[in-house]
Amino acid sequence: MAKRVGIEVSIAIAEAAKLARSEVIPAYPITPQTHIVEHLSEFVASGELDAEFIPVESEHAAMSCCCGSSAAGARTFTSSSSQGLSLMSEILYIPSTMRLPIVMVVANRALSAPISIWNDHQDIMVQRDIGWIQTFAENGQEAFDLTLHAFRVAEDRRVSLPMIVNIDGFTLSHVIEPIEILSQEEVDGYLPPFKPRYKLDPKKPITMGPVGIPEVYTEAKMAHSEAIKASKRVIIKAWQEFADMFGRQYNPVETYRCEDADVMLVTMGSISETAMTAVDKMREAGQQVGLVRIRLWRPFPSQEFRRAAGKAKVLAVIDRCLPPGAVCGPVGAELRSLFYKVPGSPKIFSFVAGLGGRDVTVERFEEIVDKARAYAKKRPRELFEVIGVREK
Amino acid sequence: MMGKKDLKTYAENTWCPGCGNFGILNALMASIEDLNEEDGIEPERFVLASGIGCHAKIVDYVNVNSFYSIHGRVAPTISGIKLANPELVVIGHAGDGDAYGEGIAHLIFAAKRNINVTFIVHDNRVYGLTTGQFTPTSPTGFKGRSTPKGSPEEPFNPLELLLSAGATFVARGYTAHMKRLTALIKAAVRHHGFSFIEVLQPCFTFFNTYKFYNEQVYDLFDKGHDPKDLGAALEMAREWSYGMDGRVATGIFYQVQKPTYEERLLGERIPVGMNPGRLEAVLKAHT
Repeated sequence: MAKRVGIEVSIAIAEAAKLARSEVIPAYPITPQTHIVEHLSEFVASGELDAEFIPVESEHAAMSCCCGSSAAGARTFTSSSSQGLSLMSEILYIPSTMRLPIVMVVANRALSAPISIWNDHQDIMVQRDIGWIQTFAENGQEAFDLTLHAFRVAEDRRVSLPMIVNIDGFTLSHVIEPIEILSQEEVDGYLPPFKPRYKLDPKKPITMGPVGIPEVYTEAKMAHSEAIKASKRVIIKAWQEFADMFGRQYNPVETYRCEDADVMLVTMGSISETAMTAVDKMREAGQQVGLVRIRLWRPFPSQEFRRAAGKAKVLAVIDRCLPPGAVCGPVGAELRSLFYKVPGSPKIFSFVAGLGGRDVTVERFEEIVDKARAYAKKRPRELFEVIGVREK
Repeated sequence: MMGKKDLKTYAENTWCPGCGNFGILNALMASIEDLNEEDGIEPERFVLASGIGCHAKIVDYVNVNSFYSIHGRVAPTISGIKLANPELVVIGHAGDGDAYGEGIAHLIFAAKRNINVTFIVHDNRVYGLTTGQFTPTSPTGFKGRSTPKGSPEEPFNPLELLLSAGATFVARGYTAHMKRLTALIKAAVRHHGFSFIEVLQPCFTFFNTYKFYNEQVYDLFDKGHDPKDLGAALEMAREWSYGMDGRVATGIFYQVQKPTYEERLLGERIPVGMNPGRLEAVLKAHT
C-alpha cells in the first residue's frame, strides 16, 4: 500500500487525472478550480503526461471542446466552478444525451450576485438535471479516489455517460491533506484504456447529434434516462472493485451512528465531517442522533437512501443552496418526493446552511437537530429554514 | 465644485503595489473632475460598469453610480444602461481576459452598433486575479501558469479588430503616461459614439512590462497622424502586433462621426422617462 503524503487536494485531483492518462484537457481558469488545471498544464509541459492541454477562451468553449475531443475518442477531463459552470450550461446537456463520457471535477462555489468566490452548492444545483452522473467528495482522499472512479464508470460501455465529481471549493480544493496517491500500475490495473462505444472514425463514419424530430426526441431522452438509472449498478460495482484493490470502500449513501437514531442529519460534501463531530458530541450527551451522507447524487440512490434512513422519525436535511420562492431546498425536495406517502416514513425538515462560504459549525448542527425535534412535535410555519442568519 | 476627494470611496484598495490599475484610476478620477468642471457633467450622471478581474475593483474605488457585472459581459450591460437612459454617461471597464476572451463577441457588436458609451480595456496581457495565465493579448511564447511551455498562439490585435468592427473612436493609452491617458478618457467620453480605449497596463506581479513600454511607447500626435484616415489608423494599429519588440503607438488612432445606435433606435425618446442621475430609482422601478 502506498504511503500517505501531505498534498493540496487540487494537486491530488490533478494527479488522479494524470494517473488516469487523460488525453485532452480543455480548461479555463476560475477560482477555486484554477490549481487543478494549472497542475495538469504543468504535467503536460514537463512531459509527465502525454496529453493536449488546451487553454481555451471561455468555459463555454471548454465544454464544447470537451464534446469534440470525447466524440473523437479521447479520454477527456476538465474542471470548473460557479459562474464558469453556469457558462457551460448550454453545452452540459449535450454530452450526456450524446453519451460522451467526459469527466469533470467541479470545485463548488456560490453564484453571483453578490459576487462570492466561496463555497456552497448553488452552482451544481442549477445543473442538477443535466443528466451527468454526479458524486460528492467529503475529503481529499475521496476527491482523488472519486476522480479515478469517475473515469472508470463514465467510460464503461454499459454506461457511457459524462460524470461530475463535486468537491467543496477552498474547504477541499485549497487545503493540504494526507492523501494516498496510487501508483501508475495500480491505476492502470483499475482503469482500462478508453474504448469508446461510438466515435468519429473515418473508417466507420457516423453522424453525432442530429435533429431529434418529435417522433424520436422522447425516445432519445428516455434512453438517456434509462441509461443513467442503469448506471447505478456499474457505479456500485466499480466502488466494490476499488475497495477490493485499494481497501477503501465507498457507497452511494453512507451512514454514521444511525443505529437506533430517531433524528438523522442528511448532508452532502465536506460538511459531513463536521456533522460527524457534532453527532459524536450529541451522542455523548445521550441523544439518539445519526448522520446520513449522500455520496451519489445522480442517479439518486432511492433504495439505498430508504434503507439507510427509512427508520428515522425525523430527517434534518441540510441544503447548501437557497432556491428563492421554492417549497424547500433541492435535497430536501428530493427526499420529500422519495418518502411521499410511504407509510411510517420520517418527517422531513429542510434547512439551508453554509451559503457563500459561511462556516457550518458543530453548534449549528446541534441547533438544526434541536429545531428538527421541536418541529416534529409542532409543525413549523415555513417548509424550509435558513440557519445562521445574522440579524444585526 | 467637486474635488478628487469627493470621488474617493471608503473601500480599501487591494491592488498590488506598482499595479498599472492605479494609473487608470487616477486618470479616470481626473477625467471625471475635468468633465464636471469643463462640460458641466454632474458626477451623478456617470455610471461605471466592470467585468470580473483585477480591473473590476475600480468601481469600488470611485464614488459614482456603478454596476459590477460578470466576466465578459460589460458591453451588453452598459448597452442596456445607455439604452434605458441615454442621458447617462456610461463608462465600461474590462480586462483583456474579460473583453477579448469571454466577452469578445459582445465587444464587436457594441462597436458595430456604435452605441454611445466609452469602453476602457485594462490590458495587462495576463489573468492577474487567477494569478498569471495567458490571455488573448499575451505574446506568443508567454510562459504563464496555464502555458508553462509558452503560449502556442499569436496574440490578438484588438485595435485592428475594433477598427474593422466599426468603432468610431479607437485609442491606446499607457498607464505610466497619466496626463495623456486622462486626455484620451476625456476625448472618449466627449466622442459621440462607441469609444474604445485600450490601456497598456503593466501587471507588476505576473507580467511586468514597464521597461518595454517605457522604451517603446510614443505618441501618435507627435507623428502628425490623421485620425480621420481609416487606412492610416489600420496601418498604425498594425505597426505593433503585441509581441515584445517594436515601437508601440499611443493616442487616438481613429475618430469619425456616425449616427449612434440609440439615436437610430430611440430618436429623442428616453425609455425611463426620469431625471438623469437617479439610477437607484430606475433600478427599483424595474425590479
